[in-house]
Amino acid sequence: MKPTRVTNGIRALRFAANEMTQADLAERIGVTRQTVIAIEQGRYSPSLEMAFQIARVFGVGLDDVFSYAPEDSPTGG
Amino acid sequence: MSYEEKNAWVFGFIAPIGYLVYVVLVLTQAGERPLDEANYVGPMLGTILGAIVVGILGGIVVGMLSGKDAGKSDQRDKQINRFGEYIGSAFLVMGALGALVLAWFEVPHFWIANVLYLGFVLQAILSTIAKLVAYRRGLHQW
Repeated sequence: MKPTRVTNGIRALRFAANEMTQADLAERIGVTRQTVIAIEQGRYSPSLEMAFQIARVFGVGLDDVFSYAPEDSPTGG
Repeated sequence: MSYEEKNAWVFGFIAPIGYLVYVVLVLTQAGERPLDEANYVGPMLGTILGAIVVGILGGIVVGMLSGKDAGKSDQRDKQINRFGEYIGSAFLVMGALGALVLAWFEVPHFWIANVLYLGFVLQAILSTIAKLVAYRRGLHQW
């Protein structure tokens, strides 16, 4: 069971952004690479501020990066 | 593995090993005598100071092995740290309550000091385990 229902498309967005590395993204939002990995894998929900920072790096809206799974979905706990 | 997680691992080893050393020293000193007649203050101070020194040295080694990640801590590290301390604090409270009850009944200082020390050690161990689980499996949202 994942600890959060927040899912994201960061991995796909990174590849679409000239194959940006996790380290590059981490540096741009001011966190460790391990935190980016944890977010991508759904082991950590970023704060709203960090979520906005991530969306801004890719130049997209918050909804294009993150989504919230409904309760009856497999990731819904 | 992040710098803070490596530090948590180091601390996770130091706390139980330090306490084990203390127990062995006290039991050896007591010998045939009753346990509460053993000189426990020296070993207790020694292992507490030893754990602090080894912790600092461990932190330096972790920092050297972490390269440019040394000393880096972010929002997730801070949240995990708070979560671990919150979980571990239960044992600190239990140790304090245990010592209080022992003081009411005028139990020898040896037992009061040891209940407090055990509380600190259990707090350190449990909070470290909670942190490591949070690093590996994620922080659950309430």
